[in-house]
Amino acid sequence: MEEGKTNVHRRLEVIDSGNTEADSCKTFVMHNEDHTLGNSLRYIIMKNSDVQFCGYTVPHPSENKINFRVQTYGKPAVDILRKGLEDLNKMCEHVLQTFENSVSEFKESQPEDVEMSDQ
Amino acid sequence: MDRIEEIRSRVALHEYGIDNVHTTDFPGNYAGYDDSWSQEKFEKNFRIDVKKLDGDELEFDMIGIDAAIANAFRRILLVEVPTMAIEKVFMYNNTSIIQDEVLAHRLGLIPIRADPRLFEYRAEGDMEGTAEDTIEFQLKVKCSRNKEAKEATAPDEMYKDHKVTTKYLKWVPVGNQSEIFTEGDIKPVHDDILIAKLRPGQEMDITMHCVKGIGKDHAKFSPVATASYRLLPEIILTEPIEGERAERLQTLFSPGVIQLENRKGKKRAKVVHARRDMCSREVFRHDDLKECVKLNRVRDHFIFSVESTGILPPDVLVCEAAKVLMAKTKAFLTELQDVEIGGRKDA
Repeated sequence: MEEGKTNVHRRLEVIDSGNTEADSCKTFVMHNEDHTLGNSLRYIIMKNSDVQFCGYTVPHPSENKINFRVQTYGKPAVDILRKGLEDLNKMCEHVLQTFENSVSEFKESQPEDVEMSDQ
Repeated sequence: MDRIEEIRSRVALHEYGIDNVHTTDFPGNYAGYDDSWSQEKFEKNFRIDVKKLDGDELEFDMIGIDAAIANAFRRILLVEVPTMAIEKVFMYNNTSIIQDEVLAHRLGLIPIRADPRLFEYRAEGDMEGTAEDTIEFQLKVKCSRNKEAKEATAPDEMYKDHKVTTKYLKWVPVGNQSEIFTEGDIKPVHDDILIAKLRPGQEMDITMHCVKGIGKDHAKFSPVATASYRLLPEIILTEPIEGERAERLQTLFSPGVIQLENRKGKKRAKVVHARRDMCSREVFRHDDLKECVKLNRVRDHFIFSVESTGILPPDVLVCEAAKVLMAKTKAFLTELQDVEIGGRKDA
């Protein structure tokens, strides 16, 4: 409950399991998120070999949040989540780069008419 | 292909069901495979081929990525890439037969060509709007009888201004907008969308505010008409199919998928464009052919199709979608930092 005060505008909440020892198992609540981030983050975290379990639920369709669970073989769950977010970010960056390159390559190979039909 | 590899990389289409639907290449699932995440491996395998970019339509292949991520891009394209749309309608006069609320809804759905990246979201509760977050349009029409066409019976000749189209929407610059934008920059994407029909004496006097928003809030903000993907089909003929059977096989797939080759005077079936197949699985209804054909879909080969509403070009939309996902991860990385600092203070 003490956390409730500081978390008013937070989009990320860490559920207090009551067990301070259990750093390796955490449930995060992500506000204003859905399957878009939930499933892609789950995928990339499950790819991490330090992870025992990773999953998420949408507790109720009219509540705009997801519960995101991470259980590890020992490393702090927070670190795993951070690595997941970083990996996902790097991946997106590469996708964006590759896409931009492919589009400009395609536009060069198709002179004029692409520009014309744009008008 | 060995059996494990097939389970990992193909979705199998059978007569009564579909197998290997889910991604299984996670660490610990397969002995002898290193499935842990590696950016280098990803970058080596990942490819994007643009197949068609024609006006508002874009088709491209995204290869070497998981469905979870491809689906995130699709979902973001549909509901999380922002656009500008009419949100507030101030109706000073509307004597047409179309009701105020119906008219307001119709106005909202009109795609407005204005680059949403140049605008901010309007603060909640703000009714006025500023030059940074609002585009204003005015619609002032009054229908009248065409005095020159007394004999006419066609409405187009009898009346003036009886068809209210998006052409009548007049952009009203807010604040310093006239210095930043020129007349052509901001207008409806199409100028021939019919909004209402009037008869002599009926009139409309309306002011509209466009704001920035996302499709999650209302579908009118969605920047795409459609955004979808399908997996690349794979058709394998496990034994040579000749003669009448080959001709029949050809009719069981979409046009252009199977080609008949002449082999020693006999026609033999060959798969030439599996990509064109719609995966109807019609072949499984033919007992003599179903044993000779294997239907798969390539798990990591996505054929994306994006059709823009015309507000932004489709290639820009895909770039924006990638940026939206990156913004999400960045937002949570900062949140995570704050949570940790907070946690340490408590301890």
